[in-house]
Amino acid sequence: MASFVSTAVAVLAVAEGEEPNPLVPHLSELIVGLVAFAILFLFLRAKVFPIFERVFAERTAAIEGGLAEAKREREEAHALLEQYREQLAEARTEAGRIRTEAQAERAAIVEEARNEARAEASRITEAATAQIASERQQVVAELRREVGGLAVDLAGRIVGESLEDEARQRRTVERFLDGLDSTPAGTAR
Amino acid sequence: MSDRLLASEGTGFTPPGPSSFEPPPFFTVAGWAVDKVVVVIALSTVLIAAFFYLAARRAEAAGANGGLVPGKLQFAGESAYGFVRNGIGLETIGKEGLRFVPFLATLFFFIAVNNLFGIIPPFQLPGTSKIAIPLGLAVIVWVIYNYLGIKRQGLLGYFKNMMFPPGIPIPVYFLLAPIELLSNFIVRPVTLCLRLTLNMFAGHLVLVLFILGGEYLILEYGGIVGVLAGSVAILGSLVMTGFEAFIQLLQAYVFTLLAALYIGGALADEH
Repeated sequence: MASFVSTAVAVLAVAEGEEPNPLVPHLSELIVGLVAFAILFLFLRAKVFPIFERVFAERTAAIEGGLAEAKREREEAHALLEQYREQLAEARTEAGRIRTEAQAERAAIVEEARNEARAEASRITEAATAQIASERQQVVAELRREVGGLAVDLAGRIVGESLEDEARQRRTVERFLDGLDSTPAGTAR
Repeated sequence: MSDRLLASEGTGFTPPGPSSFEPPPFFTVAGWAVDKVVVVIALSTVLIAAFFYLAARRAEAAGANGGLVPGKLQFAGESAYGFVRNGIGLETIGKEGLRFVPFLATLFFFIAVNNLFGIIPPFQLPGTSKIAIPLGLAVIVWVIYNYLGIKRQGLLGYFKNMMFPPGIPIPVYFLLAPIELLSNFIVRPVTLCLRLTLNMFAGHLVLVLFILGGEYLILEYGGIVGVLAGSVAILGSLVMTGFEAFIQLLQAYVFTLLAALYIGGALADEH
């Protein structure tokens, strides 16, 4: 092993003199490298990278477009829901209002009917009262007339007969009253 | 490669050196030697272009709307591009970075694939281990960020913002101004270039050393010791290959990230 290393070093030392310097550029390689790089650059810049950029941009646009679309639709749905809710609330208010109105109306109708009934009743009562009063007056007038006649009749009988005793007097009165009873008021005249 | 390195057979082991980065040319076209490095660079370019072209064609062929749902290949291409776009371009430069994403993405994939050729058989030589390649790229980056800085802040403003950033005690400027100047014009591009080159250079050297050393130990040195040590070396080369893959991607990322930082700095230095 040691001999190998020493030989290697010796050979390296000998070879050193003839070795090309790796830090000295070859003009031919410089030209080949630059030309190759230039061709590659121009080709890729013209034929490849613009397509990639376009695809990137289109992809971004497609994704963003999709997102925007979804957002728009979601907002639309929200708006619709809101609208429905509003309409529902409106309908409820309307129903409540109608109910309240109906109740008020019902109360009014009942009140009206009651008033009418009350008025009718009082009217009837008044009519009845008036009729009774007039009938009473009629009766009283008739009575007065008959009582006068009766009184005259009775007085004539009493004066015509001799009043001998109390018993006769009583009998006379009773007879008179019996006569009164048996004679109907209407036909008495 | 091995026959070149094991030049004097039987006499001893020739360790790999810088010469292992000078492969013999396959053929020569009009005075231009086409060797492995050239092939690797050309092949990287073609592979990257083909991959992205197919990925993008799938997106385009599917129609205006079909590209939105990517296939496997399109997804791979989009992810690779998106990694540089979002992870480096937009992250370090900001919104304005989108303009530089094509450059940064090309930079990243060009370096990454050239690096990865260091572990892809039968090439196993990173194109970026030859200093000319990172040097060229570093110079491009250097030109871009200095141009942007001067264009955005004016020639005077650029130097003023660079050398005399506000909010620092005056004596510190004596130290800071030359350092910043040096950093901006010399240290940044040189480190950018050397970091990548030497990482790839050293990584390749280590791999070659493990493999050729193992081969030599087993075949030439022989004996129980040789076979055992050689096996360990070969196993070690497998581990190192995995490690190298990591380094290669990391260095591509570092190079691109620094380029983006320099560009972002030139654009943002409006105090």
